[in-house]
Amino acid sequence: MTKTFALGIGGAAGQGVATPGDIFALIFSRRGLHLNAYNAYQSIIRGGHTFLTIRTGVDEVRSMGDGIDLLIPLNQDTMDRHLRLLTDGGACIYNADSIKPGTPAPGVQLCALPVSTLADITRNKVAQNTLAMGAALSMMGVGFQSLESVLTAQFGRKGEAVVKENVDIARAGYDYATANFKPFAHALPMTENKYAVISGNTALAMGGAAAGVKFYCAYPMSPSTGVLHWMATHGRQAGILVRQVEDEIGVINMAIGAAHGGVRSMCATSGGGFALMTEGLGLSAMAEIPVVAINCMRAGPSTGVPTKTEQGDLWQALGAAFGDFPRVIAAPLDIGDCFTLMPEVFNLTDKFQCPAIVLCDLLLSEGRLSVDPKILNFNPPIDRGQLITSNGTAHEPYLRYKITESGVSPRAIPGIEGFTHVVSSDEHDENGVLISDEYTNVTKRRAMMEKRQRKVAGIEASVPKPTLEGPPDADVTLIGWGSTDGTIREAREMLAEQGISTNQLQIRYLVPLHGDAIVDILGKSKHTIIVENNFTGQFARYLRSETSFVANGHIRKYDGEPFMPHHIVEAVREQLAGRTTLSVPTHEVMV
Amino acid sequence: MATINVIPADAIATQTPVTAANFKGKVDPDWCPGCGDFGVLAAVQKALVELQIPNYRVATVSGIGCSSNFPGFIETYGMHTLHGRSLPVASGLKLANHDMTVLVTGGDGDGFGIGCGHFVHAMRRNINLTYIVMDNQIYGLTTGQTSPTSRIGMKTKSNPYGNMDSPLNPITLALSAGATFVARGFSGEQKHLTELLKAAISHKGFSFLDIFSPCVTYNKDNTFQWFRPRVKKLEEDAAYDPTNWPEAVKRATVWGDEIPIGKFFERTDLPCLEETEPVLDLGPLIDRPLHIAPDVAEAFVRELM
Repeated sequence: MTKTFALGIGGAAGQGVATPGDIFALIFSRRGLHLNAYNAYQSIIRGGHTFLTIRTGVDEVRSMGDGIDLLIPLNQDTMDRHLRLLTDGGACIYNADSIKPGTPAPGVQLCALPVSTLADITRNKVAQNTLAMGAALSMMGVGFQSLESVLTAQFGRKGEAVVKENVDIARAGYDYATANFKPFAHALPMTENKYAVISGNTALAMGGAAAGVKFYCAYPMSPSTGVLHWMATHGRQAGILVRQVEDEIGVINMAIGAAHGGVRSMCATSGGGFALMTEGLGLSAMAEIPVVAINCMRAGPSTGVPTKTEQGDLWQALGAAFGDFPRVIAAPLDIGDCFTLMPEVFNLTDKFQCPAIVLCDLLLSEGRLSVDPKILNFNPPIDRGQLITSNGTAHEPYLRYKITESGVSPRAIPGIEGFTHVVSSDEHDENGVLISDEYTNVTKRRAMMEKRQRKVAGIEASVPKPTLEGPPDADVTLIGWGSTDGTIREAREMLAEQGISTNQLQIRYLVPLHGDAIVDILGKSKHTIIVENNFTGQFARYLRSETSFVANGHIRKYDGEPFMPHHIVEAVREQLAGRTTLSVPTHEVMV
Repeated sequence: MATINVIPADAIATQTPVTAANFKGKVDPDWCPGCGDFGVLAAVQKALVELQIPNYRVATVSGIGCSSNFPGFIETYGMHTLHGRSLPVASGLKLANHDMTVLVTGGDGDGFGIGCGHFVHAMRRNINLTYIVMDNQIYGLTTGQTSPTSRIGMKTKSNPYGNMDSPLNPITLALSAGATFVARGFSGEQKHLTELLKAAISHKGFSFLDIFSPCVTYNKDNTFQWFRPRVKKLEEDAAYDPTNWPEAVKRATVWGDEIPIGKFFERTDLPCLEETEPVLDLGPLIDRPLHIAPDVAEAFVRELM
């Protein structure tokens, strides 16, 4: 990992942490830098503590990292909690009028801004934020012009006077820092690259739009609400019908209705809402109507910790809805993958006429990442499977659930002459006629069950097997699924620097799992450790149930915050030293 | 047990004119002999023929229950969904292809019990669906338990000492939730019911039709014989004005020796959801290109930079 620069801005919710965060992100990405941003906050309408970390660098920034180089505390609370994250060479820019500095580590520069003498704080309530932004950019060696242009665009609508006021305040902070504070040892680099800064939720929504989704519905639930917000603001331009529905039961059923109508249809929620959707997923499976439900996991059970992350819903997804039926479960590996995964998943559900579940989590949903705009491909391959959309030539009487070798029956969309049929949540025969109450139905029931389950083989063949990344003869194999990818990668780089070689098996498709391929890979590993953001090792238990494979060790975290790279590094070291087989890293900072 | 009627391939031909044969289902209903639902099925088939809507332009969506087996007994695009969920499923289908005529069929337990939340919100939206409830004041498929419209004191398997919960009034509920067409029919009044169905299907917006459809097996209180002398058609009262909402509420609360049936209320001044939703201005979603126009997609990405 090459050098990165991380800054943290914290304060009370409502104090304006988000705006400087957005501005810094924009300035970094326009400088051709990568970035990764994560906001730790609480489920309080106003008040509570918010701490935003933005980490930037020339290379891909795969996690929020372990520490920060610059702290901007907007209140005393942030100063008290976070000053200790700064190490030698770091700096803290604060409002000298209202915040008392703590005792920093040696080599940390305390940069006191005389806010009330630099700006008229009676006129501008967020003057301290704007001054701090100016000061920070001066110390990072970033020209003032970049901030001026962002502020001009941001306040342009409010008129020239407001633009001038904010630019003047920013310049006062910039100039004061140039005159009084020591710049960082390395100026922020610049490249010719162009990046888009995107949140996981926006990526999921845009990925759905790229996949050809024409119907989206949802009930608001953190941390999935951002998907609804993107859809609601962009649906009309994109030709996507977006509906807020009375509850998640209504959501999944409306999505299924639209999918039956013939359009690609999607919905997103979090654990509680997903629980309400599960009967509907069974309908999708039985009636063989493709639908995609996204579960942006948060810390559970029950209402749990609404603004904190967890990978705790794997078994819920595996067991969602009663009865046996084929399904697809995929977990995006990073924020960019939130986009690229969606068209893939839609192709699978369309081809195999079954429900798909996307297991995202708060870390990705609400985090932001710089991505090469080329990956936001709005022209991905689309395969709608065996779909009858027009009445062509003469045909045999149509059988919606025709028994086929693949288990897939051609699906006629309603409205076409000559294809009228019934789809049903009750067990039915090839013609859609209910057989649920016939006393002679055992043959038909068995035939329909086997027809649906034959689709499993097709799904497996359509999803690539997971592969091992890194040297095959490494000391340790780290196994993760979904959102832990970036942090594990970064931990591996740190371990390599410490002389411990690792490789990584990151699971993107939970169903189909390709258990045999996984066992082949792990059978050759020297020491296997499964990393996951939950208490019981949900993936470890799943892998064991499917393959009998038992890992040597486990790293788990269930405090609501994501892993930081050093958590994994330290856990691997203690496990290699034989001190434990289960590491539960402590999140050092209360956020 | 249901029997299968074989439809020969040559029967698939353009339906001009639309005839009763076009709506004959693949199987005969397995309802109890004498069930009120037979009358509702016949009236729906008759209404569609009289309106000359081809069967392939109609979707019939139901929940779960005796009456929810309806889509299997009529030849249209049918969908048998989950208990209480017919309205959201039908709403999604309608929004995906709003050129279709979408009928929603079910019972009082399905619509006013487990599905009551969806019922209220579908009415608020004024989505252009026709909701046909076969109201028999009992749970029949589960062999005779109290329903949301069972009278106080009614003895059922789940309330052997008599029901203690007030029955819900579907008509006042629909009126208060903003339904733009609210009517009540009786399975024993075929001609009247067919006319109501035609009016409901032709209404642009959410039309709700509560139909007394007696259960001959499990409800010994609300029988054909009980309803017949009581039902009184609003249409026979020349002074009744179905555009007068307060008067509709007043009539809807009449219950006893006289029970009004007919069209309680209709308003035609409100646009339906499909008309207010600009995304649907260009036609049904199903006919739209899958890919987003390159300039629109480019603008979405540019926003992030």
